[in-house]
Amino acid sequence: MAGVAAFDEMGREGEPARALYRKVARWLEETPAELLASRRAQAEYMFRRIGITFGVYGDKDAAERLIPFDIVPRLISRAEWRKLEAGLTQRVKALNMFLTDVYGARRILNESIIPPELILRNPFYRPEMIGRRAPHDIWAHIAGIDIVRVDDESFYVLEDNARTPSGVSYMLENREVTMRLLPDLFARHSVAPVDDYPDELLACLRSVAPRQDRSEATIVVLTPGLYNSAYYEHSFLADKLGVELVEGRDLFVEDDQVFMRTTLGPRRVDVIYRRVDDDFLDPLVFNPQSVLGVPGLIGAYLAGNVTIANAVGTGVADDKAIYSYVPDLIRFYLSEEPLLKNVPTYRCREPDGLKYVLERLDQLVVKEVNGSGGYGMLVGPHATQAQREQFAAKIKADPANYIAQPTLALSTCPASFDKGVAPRHVDLRPFVLSGADSVRIVPGGLTRVALKEGSLVVNSSQGGGTKDTWIVDDIEDED
Amino acid sequence: MRIRISHETTHRYAPPARMLIQNLRLTPHGFDSQYLLFWRVALDIDSAIKTSEDAHGNVVSTFSHHGAPIERLTVTARGEVETSDSAGVIRGTAERLPTDMYLRDSPLAHVNGALRAFAIESAGGAQDPLDALHRLMAELHRVMSFDPYQTDDPDSAAEAFALRRGRARDFANIFIACARALGAPARFVTGYRAFEEPDGEAGAHAWAEAHVPRLGWVAFDPTVCICADPGYVRVVVGFDARDASFASAAHGMSDDTIESVIRVEQARFQTQS
Amino acid sequence: MLARTADNLFWLARAMERADYIARTIEATLRLEYLPKTEGEKTGEWEGALNAAGAYDSFIEAHGDLDEENAVEYLTFDRSNPSSICNCLENARTAGRAVRTALTAETWTAINDAWLELKRFEASHRFSRPMDRVALTRFLDYVKKASLDFDGSCYRTMLRNDAYWFNRLGIFIERADNTARLLDVKYHLLLPSTEQIGGSLDYFQWVAILRAVSAATAYHWVYRDRVKPWLIADLLILKRAMPRSLISCYESIDRALDSLARDDGRSGLAQRHARAMHARLERASMTQIFQGGLHEFITAFIEDNARLSSTISEQYLFT
Repeated sequence: MAGVAAFDEMGREGEPARALYRKVARWLEETPAELLASRRAQAEYMFRRIGITFGVYGDKDAAERLIPFDIVPRLISRAEWRKLEAGLTQRVKALNMFLTDVYGARRILNESIIPPELILRNPFYRPEMIGRRAPHDIWAHIAGIDIVRVDDESFYVLEDNARTPSGVSYMLENREVTMRLLPDLFARHSVAPVDDYPDELLACLRSVAPRQDRSEATIVVLTPGLYNSAYYEHSFLADKLGVELVEGRDLFVEDDQVFMRTTLGPRRVDVIYRRVDDDFLDPLVFNPQSVLGVPGLIGAYLAGNVTIANAVGTGVADDKAIYSYVPDLIRFYLSEEPLLKNVPTYRCREPDGLKYVLERLDQLVVKEVNGSGGYGMLVGPHATQAQREQFAAKIKADPANYIAQPTLALSTCPASFDKGVAPRHVDLRPFVLSGADSVRIVPGGLTRVALKEGSLVVNSSQGGGTKDTWIVDDIEDED
Repeated sequence: MRIRISHETTHRYAPPARMLIQNLRLTPHGFDSQYLLFWRVALDIDSAIKTSEDAHGNVVSTFSHHGAPIERLTVTARGEVETSDSAGVIRGTAERLPTDMYLRDSPLAHVNGALRAFAIESAGGAQDPLDALHRLMAELHRVMSFDPYQTDDPDSAAEAFALRRGRARDFANIFIACARALGAPARFVTGYRAFEEPDGEAGAHAWAEAHVPRLGWVAFDPTVCICADPGYVRVVVGFDARDASFASAAHGMSDDTIESVIRVEQARFQTQS
Repeated sequence: MLARTADNLFWLARAMERADYIARTIEATLRLEYLPKTEGEKTGEWEGALNAAGAYDSFIEAHGDLDEENAVEYLTFDRSNPSSICNCLENARTAGRAVRTALTAETWTAINDAWLELKRFEASHRFSRPMDRVALTRFLDYVKKASLDFDGSCYRTMLRNDAYWFNRLGIFIERADNTARLLDVKYHLLLPSTEQIGGSLDYFQWVAILRAVSAATAYHWVYRDRVKPWLIADLLILKRAMPRSLISCYESIDRALDSLARDDGRSGLAQRHARAMHARLERASMTQIFQGGLHEFITAFIEDNARLSSTISEQYLFT
């Protein structure tokens, strides 16, 4: 970490634990290593039995793997959470207003807040949606905002996910598992519950249904199918919501209305919580080779007969190139100062930015503007000279496709290993639900942890694991 | 020129299709140099056609069918238009998208290194954008050989350019990719072409439009190496051949054998002015 | 319910049931193999087992040489045999994952546990081939238990709604098919004319058949008599009390289809077809069946049963 000591959320070794973590620290101290080991084994067994697995792209043998789960919970105080909550709400509101604007009046371009080509030439800016409005002006119904902290005070937004963010099933299952494995530790804290997430999600989806009588609305979860890496989550959510989990072939469109094929004949569908990318939704409009989608779906959507969540075209809002403008968006649309900080971002599309980045490749994290899942990025301080040179060539060839950020000293949390307890870098993805009437955030989120020593990459596809996240009452000094 | 068009598409489904849905882009818009006298799209099955507009503003006729299996379906578009000479300049169209969006990369007109180099070399440092586009069209016409029966089926501009051989759609895709590389917004046009002389091979055709400052959209046909004349009937525009097709269709698991009969004739009974 | 969900539930149940049947067939065949044989006598037991599993032709095509090792491998772990136990359990889990939301947690766990265990068996099998008989017995016991766990968890935890009825249809149509195939392979042993004085090889074949359908004890409870071939046919075709008999399967199929029809208020070709088959079995007597030919009767039954399966698919839009 280039000599920067990371902020440890429990407290650095040799120092007394932060008040928030005192009980966890004591528990870690008092629990024999064998017991922790057996808890870890039990946790793995539970996950494997429930079948929570994920697929890794391009890795046939590991078609089904577990995301490692670390049993030591990650704690955030209620006061900290309240600040986060306000900042997340503000941010997601602005993102939805931005989407309404770019597909509508384009004030943001006319007033030169964002360079027009960044929008107009963005592959995720969908021409089909131009001049259209999403029902209730909600585009990103479900947003996952990746947050990191660097010290006692500061939280930064690392990335917005406004398309089909995943991970919420882990938030819920992790809680189930910790409650069963660590009942005593759990009882000693007053942890805000997360199990109302499915109800909140259902209410959110129902609120945007096109029908007058919303309680009658038929909602479905649309999955690409069994072989998708997040299939478990899709089936988990459908189950918790009590709605059908459908694939494209289960749906059809007639006269601009969407139906699902049931054993009782066709049944009208009102809201589709889709976990299929825009490009595959409708072969008549997008990728004609797609077999995952529903021919005619976009027609039905534009006719206002079905709501798709998230809306088509939200990708333009979570693009890494747009990310750096989000604080400006908040000021522009809400006339408020952003409550959550952005990580300083250098845009290689700008000559000054490019020069700055090329000169400091060894200090920066460089990302592809449209990449995801931790692919196509360079962690400068951890890369070899050869890797940096190779990457520099890629940047020079297509500067507009890259942005760079300083390597943040991501905070660490204790994690449990065979060799004992050791600090590891973490981030946090809370899930923000935007419905017709309100923004809802379940207290908590998915904490991802880079299990490799020193690693900053928390993505599950790159060896990251997860932790349960506890939003706990602020601790007065007791005993 | 007064042009009469009849475009009949027959689909044969095996096994007979239980579900059908099609978006047809078979109806042209009128604009300054193209006037619609009449136009009609019809089906030989009992299904309602609904009309809307797509992202580019094309007229889309949608129909769907579920239930009784269908073995054969015929879609017919018939109409008559009157066109006039505008030196290829297209005026009076309703534009839905900001012009600069036609600068974006699109799957079939993706610019690779070879196309970019060719575009710059063809333009030969021309200062005037219109001049540069004309040079591009001429050079493209020179290096590529026209092969309407191209069977290798190159899909993208880059693939067709590598073969230096292609159909009208390949010429158009390449032109678009290169025009964008030169900084000119460009788009794909699908339509029909008629001839003054009776022995010309009339029918469906594909060409391109590029946006030139002050002039607006100008129609270039790199296959023939001219700007569109009154023989051109413009029906669909799109980013490339993919979204500027006459139809997109889905038919469940059935195979679809398509047969098209297109007749494009000058309506000669009318006295010419 | 989604038509695809119903389809998956149906085939999931069939796959689990088939795995059990194939395990039992192998077990019965092994017992026959233990019997002392006269010099040079070839009993064709494995040919019978492959036939009973409907896998003989594909086996010969794939292997040519028929011996115990090849046959067992083909029926258990061979991925190229669509009906191998391994493929049955794999298909069951794939179908189960696809309809995870229509299963109870218990049912899913039963399927998933079976699959996880299968992975362990497969891994150890890779290192020690061929399997010795002890290991094989352990494997077959596990398969039978997996099927029992599945069936039991469905029975105990699933709501009696369409999901349950499609599950039951899958189980009983598969079971009827299995019983009929088993009878067909051994029908020549079951004809009244082949009765011999006890202790013959045939006698042990009969007992093996009964074991294959876990009915050895049941036979004695029902008939209070020594094993006689025509009574075995009677037990497996017409005895209502025998859970694997054709008539018992059709009683259950009929009930499942009636429940579906009651729930959605629509009765169709599937209901009519099943009722007709059920009625035919109710009217039948063994005398009449033997007169018309046992083989002919069973062949016709297998075809009718398959037709019911496709009629259900069409009526509930699986296809």
